[in-house]
Order: sequence, then C-alpha cells, then structure tokens
Amino acid sequence: MIKTPRVSRRHFLAGTAATAGLAGFPAILKAQPRTIKVGVLHPVTGPIAPSGQQCRLGAKLAIDTINANGGIASMGGAKLEPIYADAQSRPEVGAAEVEKLNEAGVSAIIGPFASGIALATTQAAAKHNIPHIVDVGVVDQVVSRGLTNTFRFGPGLSKIVDSAMENLVALNNQAGKPAKTVMIVHEESAFGAGMAKTLNEKLPALGFEVLETIPHANPTRDFNNIALKIKGRNPDLLIPSNYYNEFVLLARTLRQQKIRPKAIYSILGGAASQYRFVQEFPDAAEFIMDCNHWFDPRNPVALELKKKVEAEKAFFSYEVFLNYECVRLLADALERAKSSDRAAVNHALASSGWSNTFMPYGPTKFVNGQNEGAAPVNTQILQKDIKVIFPKDFANAKPVFPAPKA
Amino acid sequence: MLEFSILLPAILNGLTIGAIYALIALGLTLIYGVLHIINFAHGSLLMLALYGVFFLHSLFGIDPYLALPVAAAALFGIGYGLQRFIIGRASHGKDENILLVTLGLSVIIENLALYLWRSDTRTIETPYSFEVLDFGVAFIPVPKAVAFVGALLVAALLWLLMTRTDLGRAIRALAKERQGAKLVGINAEHIFAMSFGIGCACLGIAACLLLPSFYVSPQVGHAFVLVAFTVVVLGGMGSFVGALLGGLIIGVTESLGGLFLGESLGQLGIFLIFIIVLLFRPTGLLGQKA
Repeated sequence: MIKTPRVSRRHFLAGTAATAGLAGFPAILKAQPRTIKVGVLHPVTGPIAPSGQQCRLGAKLAIDTINANGGIASMGGAKLEPIYADAQSRPEVGAAEVEKLNEAGVSAIIGPFASGIALATTQAAAKHNIPHIVDVGVVDQVVSRGLTNTFRFGPGLSKIVDSAMENLVALNNQAGKPAKTVMIVHEESAFGAGMAKTLNEKLPALGFEVLETIPHANPTRDFNNIALKIKGRNPDLLIPSNYYNEFVLLARTLRQQKIRPKAIYSILGGAASQYRFVQEFPDAAEFIMDCNHWFDPRNPVALELKKKVEAEKAFFSYEVFLNYECVRLLADALERAKSSDRAAVNHALASSGWSNTFMPYGPTKFVNGQNEGAAPVNTQILQKDIKVIFPKDFANAKPVFPAPKA
Repeated sequence: MLEFSILLPAILNGLTIGAIYALIALGLTLIYGVLHIINFAHGSLLMLALYGVFFLHSLFGIDPYLALPVAAAALFGIGYGLQRFIIGRASHGKDENILLVTLGLSVIIENLALYLWRSDTRTIETPYSFEVLDFGVAFIPVPKAVAFVGALLVAALLWLLMTRTDLGRAIRALAKERQGAKLVGINAEHIFAMSFGIGCACLGIAACLLLPSFYVSPQVGHAFVLVAFTVVVLGGMGSFVGALLGGLIIGVTESLGGLFLGESLGQLGIFLIFIIVLLFRPTGLLGQKA
C-alpha cells in the first residue's frame, strides 16, 4: 500500500504564512546582526584549573565589553558568541574539544593556556583551518611547526629567557656586580626541567656560577630540606622555576628559615607576579623579581580592567589580561576581514598590525605564527604591590637589588 | 655539605613528619592486628578527614586544633559504620573479599571527592602556620612541633586504652583468639567495629595535626598510605610500639634521603627499607612470629 502524503489545511496555511512572511520582509531578516561564534577553550577542570578559570574570565570580560560597545561594526554590529570548552588539563581532551567546536561552527578559537595542550589543539584546529589564537603556551614548538592557523599573541620561551638574562646582567651591573653565584630550584616536568637546562647553558657564559640545580616533584609537600641546602650553599641568586603552589611554599619556607639571598629572580615564576600571592603572603613575597607577561602599568584601559576584575572578586593575573587582549586582537581581525569565514579571518590575523593593546608590545606582526611585537617585562614585588622594573619605557619603580638582609 | 647545622635540622624535621606517619600507621596496624584487614581505604579516609578539617576552618572559622575532638569523633563514627554495615557484611568471612571491599571503597571515596571538590590543592592559613620555634641550632615550624607532641600523646593514650581498659582487653582477646573471645561473651561485631572506628579516629587526629602545615587534594592519601604500610611492615604487623618506632625511622630516612639524593629521590630510602625488611626480617622490628 502506498501512502500518499497528505497536506492538512492547517499545515498548508502555516506554510503559506511563513513563505509570505519571508517574501514580504526580506530586509528585516538581513538587517538582523548575525553572531560570530568564538571557541573559548581552556583547562577549567583538573590540576591547572585555577589558571584555566582565570583565562576564561579574561575572554568573557572582553567579549562582553565588545558586544556592549556594538559588536563588530564592519559586519553590521555582529555580536561575538562565546562557546566555552574545557580541556580538563589534558592535551587529548583539548584536541577532542576542538572537534566539537568545529561542529559548532566557530570562526576562531582562543586558548588553551598550557603549552602541552596548545600543541594538540593548534594541530587539531589546523585540520579544519580554524584560526587559533594562542594566549600563553610559551613552549617554542607551538609556533615552529608551520601551522598557518596558529597565532601566538604573547612572547615565547626563548624570547622570555633571553630578555630575562639580558635584564639580569643589566641589573647586576647597575648594582656593581654583587651577584656571582646561582642556585636553581625547579619542578621536574617539561617546563621546569627545560628552563633549568637552558639556564645551565646560558648563565656560565654571562659570568654566573651555577652552584647547584635541585629538581622537585609536583606536588612537593615540604621545602625544608631544599631550604636547608640553599642555606648551606648560600648562593647570591636563587632562580625558582615552578608552579603556583610550590612557588608559594618555597618562598614561605625560605622566609620561615630566615634565608634571604641577594635576589630571588624567577622566570615565568609560578606566583611571583600574581596579586594573590602578594596579598596572601606579603612578607614572603617582598622583593621577589620575575620576568613574565605583564601589562603596561600606565595604560588606562589596563587599569580600568584591573578594577573591573577586582570588583568580580578575582585577581588580575596574566591569564586574565592576555586572554582579554587575544579577544580584542581577534575583534580587530574580524573588523578588517568583514567576514566570519575562517580563511578570511586567518588572512586578517596573518596581516595584523594591531597597536591598540595595553600590553607593553609593539604593533602585532606575525612571523610563522609568532607575534614579533610581544615581549616580557621584569617585575618586582615592592611594598605589597607588583611593580615593573624593566624595560625602562614601561617601568614604574626602581629595582631594589640586592635585597636588604632578613 | 655534612655540616651539623644542616644535618640536625633535617633530622628534627624528619622526626616531626615521622610522628605523623606513626599516627597514621597506628590506625592501620590496629585495624590489621584485630581484624586482619589490610585497609586500602586508609589513605582515602585520611583525605576525607583533611577535607573535613579544611571545611570546618574555611566555612566556620574553626581552628584545626580545636576541631580535633570533632574530627576524631566523626572519623570514629564513619569507621564504626563502615566496618559494621559495609565491610563486615560484604566480607562473608573471607579475607580476600575484605581486601577488595576496602580497595573499592577507596576508589569510590576518591572519585566522589574529585567530583565534589575538584582536584585543586587547597591549604588553610592560620596565624601560627609559619611561626617557628628557635632551638638555636634549628628553626622548627610551630605546626610541626605541635604535630610531633600530639602524635606521641595520642600513641600513649592508645597504649593506655589497649592495656588498661576492658575495651582494650576485649580487642586484644579478639586479636589473639577469636573463637575463645566469642565464647566468653565478647560481642565480636561490636568490638571489630570499635577497632576500625578507633583506627579511623587516629586519622581524624592526624588530619587536624597535619593540615596547618600541609595541603589537601583528592589524591593526598596516596602520599601517606604507601608510607604507612612501610611503617607497619617495618615495625611489625600489629605492633604499636613498632609502628611508633617505624614511623620515626621512616620520617628521618625520608628527610635525610631528600637532603642527600634530592627531593625527587628522597622516598627511595623508604622503599629500600621496605624491601630489605621483607627479605631479612619479614616479621618487622617488633612483630611476633606468626
């Protein structure tokens, strides 16, 4: 038996009405601003969740601000629609989330904080030619694989270490070379171990003697033995390279055991440029120096954002402001591309010369996916605040070195 | 490197952490000695206790040391209930069943904690967290000194309980001769659960002593449970004095290992001891021959 499709009176009426509606008012539909889907991908659960959540906050604030100010003007005020994804602190989950974001039809992805996850997500995004702005992910390999969809806004590890060494030498020379010996305390995963290796290669050439390099596990429960070793060796400089909890515990143990080298000089220090550390443990934090991502302390937009973040009872950390700026970088590219098409956005990012950032960067210029305009700065914790001490153009305080005796 | 000024603080530091190890191992050895249960859930229960103390502090502002009676009572209750209503019933009198039940419990408790509280590492801040006692030759953090004294006190109390009270006598009777103890009218189910409860109460106390200088995360139990097993094996299964002595030895071994071999390899010494004891003195330092 063959069933003939029946059109009821009701269906017929509804259909005609809808068609008439479309035909009658095409202009209204066209004028309705479209939304542009943006993947916001971070590790918001798992061991590095605290950082991932800060990242998401930064991206959210930027998207809200851009939408409140009328969206993307060149596209008829199209709004940005964030699609939040969670990498669960694991690279393979990050890659799987990229597939989901692709299904959802995102025009670009921003994230994913950690280097290990970034290696996976940029590659997964490349398969679908999705523009991927990397917020932090400092490891050099993130931008050295020839992926044309990958754009890292912040500086990479080599650049940061080079700046840190340059500034350390300048700092030491300025003070009459009081520092000659160094001890390195590092966590034993890729980040800390890689940093320790690089430092062991570079420091002797710059006239510093590395007395000892001490690795420790994540998490470490007790830094008393390491503190005792530092006390025994009595180095002029201590260079820690570890994540937030261990950094804080080490600094507090040193303070407790009344050990104070001439400087604690960290590079991408886990806590050294975090307001949370300064606020919770001001005594342990005082005089610690760091070479890290930081905003231009004289830029009014940055200071306004800082107030806004603090009003939300969050800390204004580099995760927040780097993601904020990555969204603004994307908005600039969309504005110029006049399209949410992935290829067009990739093209616009590749030719980006955005100079409106509150980071202490030059105009963006992407070479092999790395923003050549990006640079780290040196900070020092002085009187319960984080001050910029290098480079001079952005500094708002003079370095205190050597630190006064404990 | 072998300076006295570094070696002595390292040893003192080892003794303080060793006392905590001893306290955790005391609970383990009590449960083993009486019930012949190897309690794999011991680490997870310690983690629960740490979270309990953490939330008492962060939600209600209760100092960890003041929370001690609450934590001990709560963990006693949990332990009593677990043995009476879950482990005891599920065992059907077979030891290998109990092994799997406690292992299963630890998996459930840990994943529940992961679900409820995420895997963030949390710490508390007390006014005395980073105070130190100046002994001239070494600075000992106040929380560690308190933990050391507290752990020794609890060990002494436990010893009194076991030797001077009817409950202690009943526990020892059951440990030695189950059938005979039941024949003279000891309520075996109740005493088993009491032993498990007391073993867990030790964890509650350990959590209060530990948290001011430590952290809590859903995986925190792992760090302690292996060490506690080593302490129990070193001291002799079921021996209280052995557990105390074993804890202190292991603490110092870990501390000196950390000093000489580096923090990552510090625990190497502990497991070397574990293997050597199993090879040459399987009954442990003070254990009785089976």
